[in-house]
Amino acid sequence: MSATAPPVAAAPANLVEHFPAGVVADTRKGYEGYVVGAGQLLEVAGAIRDKLGYNYLSSVTGVDYPESNQIEVVYHAYKTNGGPGLNFKVQADRNDPIVPSLVGLYPGAEFQEREIFDMYGVRFDGHPDLRRILMWDGFAGYPLRKDWKEPFFEEDLKPFASRWPGGDVRRSEELDPFGANVQYPPQFDPYEWTPETDTAIYKLIQPKAGNGNGGHLKTDKLIVNIGPQHPSTHGVFRMVVVLDGETVVDLKPVMGYLHRNHEKIGERNTFLQNMPYTDRLDYLASMSNNHAYALSVERLMGVKVPERAEYLRVLMVELTRICSHMWAIGFLLNDLGAFQTPALYAIKEREFILDLFEATAGSRMMCNYMRFGGVSRDLPAALRDGNTMDFLRDLVNNRLSYAIDELDRFLTHSEILRLRCIGVGVLPAEKAIAYSAAGPLLRASGVDYDLRRADPYSIYDRFDFDVCTRPNGDVYDRYLVRIDEMRESVRICQQVVAGMPTGGEILAGKPQYNVRVPAGESYGRVENPKGELGFYVVSNGKTNPWRYHVRAPSFVNLTLLGEVCKGHKIADVVVILGSIDIVLGEVDR
Amino acid sequence: MYGSGILAGLGVTLKHFVDSYVDDLKFLGQRYYNSTALNQRQGTRGKGVFTVQFPEEKLETPERFRFIPFLLYDEKPDGTHEDRCTSCGICAKVCPPQCIWIKRSNDPVTGRPVPQPAAFYIDIDICMNCGYCAEYCPFDAIKMDHDYELASFDRTSAHIFDKQKLDKPVAYYASLRPTDYAAEEKVRAEEEAKKAAKKADAASKAAAPAAA
Repeated sequence: MSATAPPVAAAPANLVEHFPAGVVADTRKGYEGYVVGAGQLLEVAGAIRDKLGYNYLSSVTGVDYPESNQIEVVYHAYKTNGGPGLNFKVQADRNDPIVPSLVGLYPGAEFQEREIFDMYGVRFDGHPDLRRILMWDGFAGYPLRKDWKEPFFEEDLKPFASRWPGGDVRRSEELDPFGANVQYPPQFDPYEWTPETDTAIYKLIQPKAGNGNGGHLKTDKLIVNIGPQHPSTHGVFRMVVVLDGETVVDLKPVMGYLHRNHEKIGERNTFLQNMPYTDRLDYLASMSNNHAYALSVERLMGVKVPERAEYLRVLMVELTRICSHMWAIGFLLNDLGAFQTPALYAIKEREFILDLFEATAGSRMMCNYMRFGGVSRDLPAALRDGNTMDFLRDLVNNRLSYAIDELDRFLTHSEILRLRCIGVGVLPAEKAIAYSAAGPLLRASGVDYDLRRADPYSIYDRFDFDVCTRPNGDVYDRYLVRIDEMRESVRICQQVVAGMPTGGEILAGKPQYNVRVPAGESYGRVENPKGELGFYVVSNGKTNPWRYHVRAPSFVNLTLLGEVCKGHKIADVVVILGSIDIVLGEVDR
Repeated sequence: MYGSGILAGLGVTLKHFVDSYVDDLKFLGQRYYNSTALNQRQGTRGKGVFTVQFPEEKLETPERFRFIPFLLYDEKPDGTHEDRCTSCGICAKVCPPQCIWIKRSNDPVTGRPVPQPAAFYIDIDICMNCGYCAEYCPFDAIKMDHDYELASFDRTSAHIFDKQKLDKPVAYYASLRPTDYAAEEKVRAEEEAKKAAKKADAASKAAAPAAA
């Protein structure tokens, strides 16, 4: 563990000074960063990483601007020793968008670039494996382009005119009957189709498989599909594994089974309507999702959050972190084969936290608690049959730390756990940074990077807490980091409960049901329990966002799954996946 | 000692096991269907593992629990019902999944809209229970319910709630959320008083020049 001082907030580097040719500052109103020519991208990005020290590529995403006939690819790079980020963009012709791939410089861009290819049709030159990632082969078009419309398309933007004052009610199934609710690409016959994606994966990984392990035993290579519905894993997720005997030679994750095009829905919605949808991303940490989205929109709106609301936000978010880490640990043990008992012990305390959420926000998991400029409700006066503050004090001062200690006693020194976890799934620090790993995964590799400290948001600069790191980067260290982080969260909660101002506003200004957000772009990010959660929002000054992108930590963390699993036994793969701690609601979006 | 970690872990399991039975003994004979026991054993002081015998006994839902909206009407002294809804459409506009349909009624003579809905539908299959309609309704006319047992045998006919099914008396709301109801009534009373004072003020002003 280490307690570093908050870094001095330095201004982001001026790229135009370094590259007078090919780089211009983005001067559109409300935009920041630089526009880099596609030809210079590799050179500029290389210098950004090596000379300027922005070694962590947080987010890559696309934006469609049909008016200027361009698709823009937006990069957000940061330094792992803290400070503000650097935002740079590449503009490509909408009719034939080609952008050089950054996978060679930042391997963490691999899945994110594949997602842009899938959603916008941008081809990344030099990408090692450019296939659709969330959609299947029988999907027509690029869904996030503005001119793409779903088969049951009603209107471009909400609210829909049919709802009021006409009120002509129809069941959505009647509007969208079975059979007519899909579009296929031309010449695509779903009955004749064989999954090309699968063949492509097999081709991609097969040549690498060895013929026998060179030892005294002759082994065959074997392709095994784990999933899409493996019991005890974390949702509908599939891993294609090439085995040599029992050893993993290569692994490719396949995802998208839970895809619902959250981002397209988000662009149809008004800004406020997106808030309850964010709950459904990482459904174990809805408060954190609310927080990140609220932060990014508040940055555009320029509202100041009242003091008490900030305290309430931090309290809820830290309690969420405890819940989520408890789940992660419980499920890691499930994945190890210790079925149910540890998981149930771990989530016992979660009941109390969820009760608090339910009494405050009205729902246990889909909290929908935060609003732009504050929170929706104050704490209730009474919870169950007692005073809420007494309940809260009891919880953060006694119960939670006791429960964490008990979990620690229960598991940490267990010889079975140590045998299965120590030295498994080792992720060295350099690799973790290169692959844009975030959260406990990154910190367990010894990288001292926690957004609450590195790029403080909300009121985290007021609290005394440590950033937890461990040196080895294996499954066991990830487990330990989660235990440590829960303790730190309890510490923060104690300070919040002690220092929370009594009374006062919880929402800046009047509650507004339809806000106009000033034009511009904003990237708001928080330290979610799973890692860095970012919302990239572009507003064109209207009531609906032009672009709404979620940088989901679970999705980006999966980029390195194949890399980490290589050389381990098949039984360890599930454990490594468990230690990454993914939530499919967020991976597939 | 090798294996001591496992033994320590098993100790924790044993403790949970014993704790559950110690608490059971404390509530011997009144283990089930008893709200004191329920509250205490589920509370922060409770120990061990305790099972709520659903559906025979249910945990109380907190006041703010939200599940599917309903419409409020005031009961007049003469027994008639008066809708609080003015069909302004804010709930339909703020609804994230767009599950509310409102038909505005028009005056048959003038053709101008009257502040009362002709029809009101909520598709409960689409509703995501976010509570925005209740939060942003300026007339306290739509509120979130507590009734979460909505399973039915026919989803095609039973899951679009019409006005008749949505309408509930204010007294029901008051029993569901006493704190919120009291706070809202207080604001209402204050506003009424303010309006009355303004009226009286205007009346006295109108009367004053006549007197002079």
